[in-house]
Amino acid sequence: MATLHTKSAARAMMSPSVILLFCWMAVPLAMTLYFSFLRYNLLMPGMEEWAGLFNYEFFLTDPAFFSALFNTLILVGSVLVISVGGGLLMALLLDQPVFGQGIVRVLVISPFLIMPTVSALVWKNMMMHPVYGLFAWLAKTVGLDPIDWLSAAPLTSIVMIVSWQWLPFATLILLTALQSLDEDQMEAAEMDGASLWWRFYFIVLPHLGRAITVVILIETIFLLSVFAEILVTTSGGPGYASTNITYLIYTQALLQFDVGGASAGGIVAVILANIVAFFLIRLIGKNLEG
Amino acid sequence: MCTIRLENVTKMFGELAVIPGIDLQINDGEFVVFVGPSGCGKSTLLRLIAGLEDISGGAILLNGEDVSSLPPAKRGLSMVFQSYALYPHMTVHGNIAFPLKMAGMDKAEIDKKVMAAAKVLNLTEYLKRKPRNLSGGQRQRVAIGRAIVREPSAFLFDEPLSNLDAALRVNMRLEITELHQQLGTTMVYVTHDQVEAMTMADKIVVLNRGNVEQVGSPMDLYRDPANLFVAGFIGSPRMNFVDGGNAARLGATTIGIRPEHIGLDREKGLWRGVIGVSEHLGSDTFLHVHVEDVGTITARTGGEWTLRHGETVFLTPDPDKVHRFDESGRSMARAITPDLGALPRHVNGAPASGAPLQ
Ligand SMILES: Nc1ncnc2c1ncn2[C@@H]1O[C@H](COP(=O)(O)OP(=O)(O)OP(=O)(O)O)[C@@H](O)[C@H]1O
Ligand SMILES: [Mg+2]
Repeated sequence: MATLHTKSAARAMMSPSVILLFCWMAVPLAMTLYFSFLRYNLLMPGMEEWAGLFNYEFFLTDPAFFSALFNTLILVGSVLVISVGGGLLMALLLDQPVFGQGIVRVLVISPFLIMPTVSALVWKNMMMHPVYGLFAWLAKTVGLDPIDWLSAAPLTSIVMIVSWQWLPFATLILLTALQSLDEDQMEAAEMDGASLWWRFYFIVLPHLGRAITVVILIETIFLLSVFAEILVTTSGGPGYASTNITYLIYTQALLQFDVGGASAGGIVAVILANIVAFFLIRLIGKNLEG
Repeated sequence: MCTIRLENVTKMFGELAVIPGIDLQINDGEFVVFVGPSGCGKSTLLRLIAGLEDISGGAILLNGEDVSSLPPAKRGLSMVFQSYALYPHMTVHGNIAFPLKMAGMDKAEIDKKVMAAAKVLNLTEYLKRKPRNLSGGQRQRVAIGRAIVREPSAFLFDEPLSNLDAALRVNMRLEITELHQQLGTTMVYVTHDQVEAMTMADKIVVLNRGNVEQVGSPMDLYRDPANLFVAGFIGSPRMNFVDGGNAARLGATTIGIRPEHIGLDREKGLWRGVIGVSEHLGSDTFLHVHVEDVGTITARTGGEWTLRHGETVFLTPDPDKVHRFDESGRSMARAITPDLGALPRHVNGAPASGAPLQ
């Protein structure tokens, strides 16, 4: 694809899909932008009027906004650390020849295939429930008071649930990358006197660099918009303790019927996501080159 | 200073005895080549010496000390892999410096050694590059550089030249031989290419199915192959083997004659044949001659040979150079004749019945 001719041909071929995608993206975005400047409440139909920047002012000065922003960053950051770190460990373990390797691998990947609502419900009722939950039972057998996870540590609980869902994804991608590591390199490093830890640090980790980058990028995109897990477990509470930006916009639009305010929130979320993406690409994007 | 001694070393992969039992002595400063067909266990044997595989029985001694249970890093050996096994995310400098860094050497010292190694191997201008931006020959040199900076007591090479093109292979062959002369370090070199073995080795170890067929200097193996396998493996083009009546008349099951030990003539000679393919190499010509009752015989002649496909030629083996093998393939005493010009000839100094080769 190096010549001028192939380049322009490629451009012509790609344009229909690019145009379609662009409209698909641009139309809702434009509408959201438009609504965000209106005083638009579903309880008062027909009363829409131009509001200027009022919706933005309202959303950004709302104390809930800051706690939601903070929660979003904590959620994304913690899940990234847990899933990449844990995924790395799991991948290293699964790469060892063990009995029943195939079945273990299927088991490991299965959480990823379960719908977020279902897994959140399972966690809520079977694991974290203060009476029937597995954690409560564990606490009781060692003689501790069971805690009500979802109200005592709501954000931690959400982090646990979401991490559980994303761990398999990270594991799978890292395992695939690990299996493409040239055995000779490890043996050469062994001959060169590198201990197990140094071999991991100097050979395995750089080899996995690109895969880790991909995992972080993809997970960040999805983790910024975690919603179902919060809806079915804590409903963002208590207070705003487990509300993230996505959930805050949801409450604005569908619980308070304030379409204008929610649209402003949506635009703010888009801008925030772009800021995160910008720094992320800056920070780790060079791993993807060459 | 490093002598390597294998005492009844065996290696099993599950039920499969890849190395059924080898005894071998490698002296200090020697360039030893393991040669044999694909799958005969050369790499396995090298990896056993390196410590990358555990031995199933016997003992490996370095300088008289049993190292069988030592991990590879503790044996003080360096290895160059067939795939080079360079670290792709490190620069050339980083690759060569790696073993020194692992040994905890300080940075100034490392730099000095890396520069010295790079100079010997003509890598100075590539030190900042990553391996993927190097040619095959340069990568090969980096791999060698990484091996020599540690100043190991011996080098192990596993088919280091097999990924290079023919011209480069000849070059690198010379460079490695020169390196050996400069360093004087023991080197063990694995190849399946008998030309590499012949040109580089002080001592060749011919392996077949995990067994040592013969150990000796290149010329020893060339002159006195211990058996059919070695005779067929060493020397290029391959030795001609003739069995049946012609061999029986010399008291052997099979006789072998190298292509370079066959005289060619247009008018007279021992065997009458028809030229099939002739390969012109410039300096030499290899003729594949079809001889009735004997088979296809390869013969070497000078570059200016003018006879063509389909023409008749007479072949006369040099009676001094005829190898005889018994029914189990082992070498018998050489056929000797006091009178080169005349047939009939004598076998083992005693007169043979009639003309043995007719
Ligand atoms: N890890 C292993 N498990 C089982 N069998 C093995 C293993 N490694 C090697 N072998 C077998 O051992 C035999 C010798 O292998 P080896 O790699 O030493 O051959 P080689 O002489 O180096 O051949 P080549 O010239 O093709 O490199 C082969 O038959 C191979 O299939
Ligand atoms: Mg091999």
